[in-house]
Amino acid sequence: MVKLVINGKEITTEKENTVLEVARAAGIDIPTLCSHESLPPYGSCRFCIVEVNQRGRTRMQTSCTLPVAEGMEIKTHSERVMKIRRILVELMLARCPESEVLRNMAREIGVPHCRFERVRGDKSLCHTCQACTLVEQMPMHAPAEVPSTFVGRSGCILCGMCVRLCDDVMKIGALGFEGRGMRRRVTTPFREPSEFCITCGACTSICPTGAIELLRVRPQEPLPIPSEFELGLANRKPIHLPFPQAVPRVPVIDPATCVNFMTGGCKVCEDNCQVQAIDHTQQDRIQEVDVGTVIVATGFKTFDPKRTPYYGYGVFPNVYTALEVERLVNASGPTGGEVTLRDGRAPKSIGIIHCVGSRDNKTNRWCSRVCCMYSLKLAHLLKEHTEAELYNFYIDMRTPGKSYDEFYGKLLEERVHFIRGRVGEVTDWAMTPEEEGKLVIRVEDTLAGFVRRIPVDMVVLSTGLEPQADAQEVRRLFNMSCGSEGFFLERHPKLAPVNTFTDGVFLAGACQGPRDIPDTVAQAGAAAAEAMVLIDKGYVEQEPNTAYILEQECSGCKSCIPLCPYTAIAFDEAKQKAVINEALCKGCGTCVASCPSGSIAQRLFEDDEVFSEIKGVLAYE
Amino acid sequence: MSKAWKPRIVAFFCNWCTYTAADLAGVSRMKYAANTRVIRLMCSGRVDPQFILDALSKGADGVLIGGCHPGDCHYVEGNYKMLRRFQMLKRMLKDLGIEEERLRLEWISAAEGEKVKRVINEMVAQVEKLGPLGIPAKFQEWDKEMEHFAAQVAANEAASGSACAEHGQTAAQANKMEAAHA
Repeated sequence: MVKLVINGKEITTEKENTVLEVARAAGIDIPTLCSHESLPPYGSCRFCIVEVNQRGRTRMQTSCTLPVAEGMEIKTHSERVMKIRRILVELMLARCPESEVLRNMAREIGVPHCRFERVRGDKSLCHTCQACTLVEQMPMHAPAEVPSTFVGRSGCILCGMCVRLCDDVMKIGALGFEGRGMRRRVTTPFREPSEFCITCGACTSICPTGAIELLRVRPQEPLPIPSEFELGLANRKPIHLPFPQAVPRVPVIDPATCVNFMTGGCKVCEDNCQVQAIDHTQQDRIQEVDVGTVIVATGFKTFDPKRTPYYGYGVFPNVYTALEVERLVNASGPTGGEVTLRDGRAPKSIGIIHCVGSRDNKTNRWCSRVCCMYSLKLAHLLKEHTEAELYNFYIDMRTPGKSYDEFYGKLLEERVHFIRGRVGEVTDWAMTPEEEGKLVIRVEDTLAGFVRRIPVDMVVLSTGLEPQADAQEVRRLFNMSCGSEGFFLERHPKLAPVNTFTDGVFLAGACQGPRDIPDTVAQAGAAAAEAMVLIDKGYVEQEPNTAYILEQECSGCKSCIPLCPYTAIAFDEAKQKAVINEALCKGCGTCVASCPSGSIAQRLFEDDEVFSEIKGVLAYE
Repeated sequence: MSKAWKPRIVAFFCNWCTYTAADLAGVSRMKYAANTRVIRLMCSGRVDPQFILDALSKGADGVLIGGCHPGDCHYVEGNYKMLRRFQMLKRMLKDLGIEEERLRLEWISAAEGEKVKRVINEMVAQVEKLGPLGIPAKFQEWDKEMEHFAAQVAANEAASGSACAEHGQTAAQANKMEAAHA
């Protein structure tokens, strides 16, 4: 432990710390432009300079590179220090007068004028604005004709943070310094667009003056990472909270986009996390859990509206799916609950198209059951959030259920328009001046009896429910069955609606067929109760249709043994006979049918029984 | 044969798929030809070739077997075992002079009620085209022939006291046929 005095305050601290760290921890603000948690101290901006008095000698040193020592006396804001800082700001302003950060700093420490002439040799940059002399009137933006080969624009203070970050931390090395003295600048090797740059944007985010333009490092628009939860309406970072109500509420790292998984570098988040909770070495683990019962609740997939191209999803920007609009009306959504079109306008009219991917011979024939109600809910919310006229295009309004139809009635009273008819297409081809710049919904109004064209600003597609893409694999895994549409099949639609053909496997929710939340919760309760019955009992009742050996007739040929898929048949070497383990036997009867000496029989399906049955079924005249 | 002849088909359906599918077809109010009689077994693997031969010998004009789709067997691989037996049995039926089309194996999952209806209707149409198999009637004929031969042999023996070589050969043929139907 070391004792030192900063601005008259006595501080005890660890030996390894620097003066800057200690001062910051003590709440003393030392201005810096080149210090960052992820970078080792470098001392290039010189702003953190302090006055150090040690063993009777006073000297000026950058606090970021100065390790603490016993008996140091430090002044962070003495007149001597401030004088140096003022000179530094002026010099830097002369170099990059456009920098907002420097101008703020100049204002803070009392530099009204920059007395130096602009140092850049390139006179073509000067647009005689006198910016180099008057801090307050400096222009906000650099002139457009900056040579494109330079990465650092005129705002670069040569702190080198970007170079060090790209090289040491991100392990990419796309940036470097060139030249010396007045010619020194940050650029890519040979001033060519870098082929190593991965457009991660770390250089632009760390630059204290905002001087780096990513497009000049690599002329390629950085690909935004669309947020899965916001359905691409907003972007996210490689490290992100999956969604606001996530349980557990911890951020996750996306290995596909995290720089650490590409180069092994970065880990800036690790440096920033004060509780050191981030571990980039964590791997996916496969855990095996022994269970006696399984409830399959794998849910559904929403219909991809690109399969109905006539509704223009993906073609016209203002055609949305219902889930996207769900995010738009959400107060914690990408727009904070404000419903806007992709160009920022507020929609004046909105059309909601029902049955997209439902009740349709071209796509899915089934009714998805939930869309009528969620479309009504969206109509209600959109009415609340916007001034827009709302149109619902429906085939039939399906609102069975507790207080559902009353809700429909409420919407009718709210003056939401309901047009009965399947929409033919959504087009931007205007036939009248009113339709100009709008999306036109063409529909046969089956109540009025003619084809209508309704211009709207926003189209909402109420997409239906589909089986999960991997439903077949899951089905195989559990030896279940799927209906022709791909939803899991229950054992019996009325008598065993949550059971499957496999004992101990139960179904809950939309994996079995489209259903809404109340129904799903009810079914899940039933499935849980069924599972509890088995758990509570602690044993499984077997069907009595197991096979058995007629010992006196068994010749010991062993041909049945490899046939049994459950290895229930063993061979008794002493007796030279096959033995069936009835606990393992599932009663398929394959061995019975194949025994060459007819010495295996199956209870409930004895050969004689089947022969009698055959006789019986053929006995009619 | 009388005009009222209708094919009789015995169907062996797996409990887990085709039998459920037939149930589904019923629940869905689908109609299929009524001359198919279903026998439920736990698995198509339980179908003993003897069952099929027995059904044919007892007057069935065709036999339909319904099992799970490959890879979907409730008992892992019973349907593959059935497939193996089916191929061998078809060859045997051919040798016996029974048309291959009288035996049909179909993979029908529990959800395919529609397919049950289609397969049964197709099968009935197919067998209708082939006409009656009428093995029980043939048995009766053969029995009569045998009696006739026996009577003749007895008469010849009584007349000459020695067996006729020609008649002996025919009797051997008849014996072979009898072996086949046993």
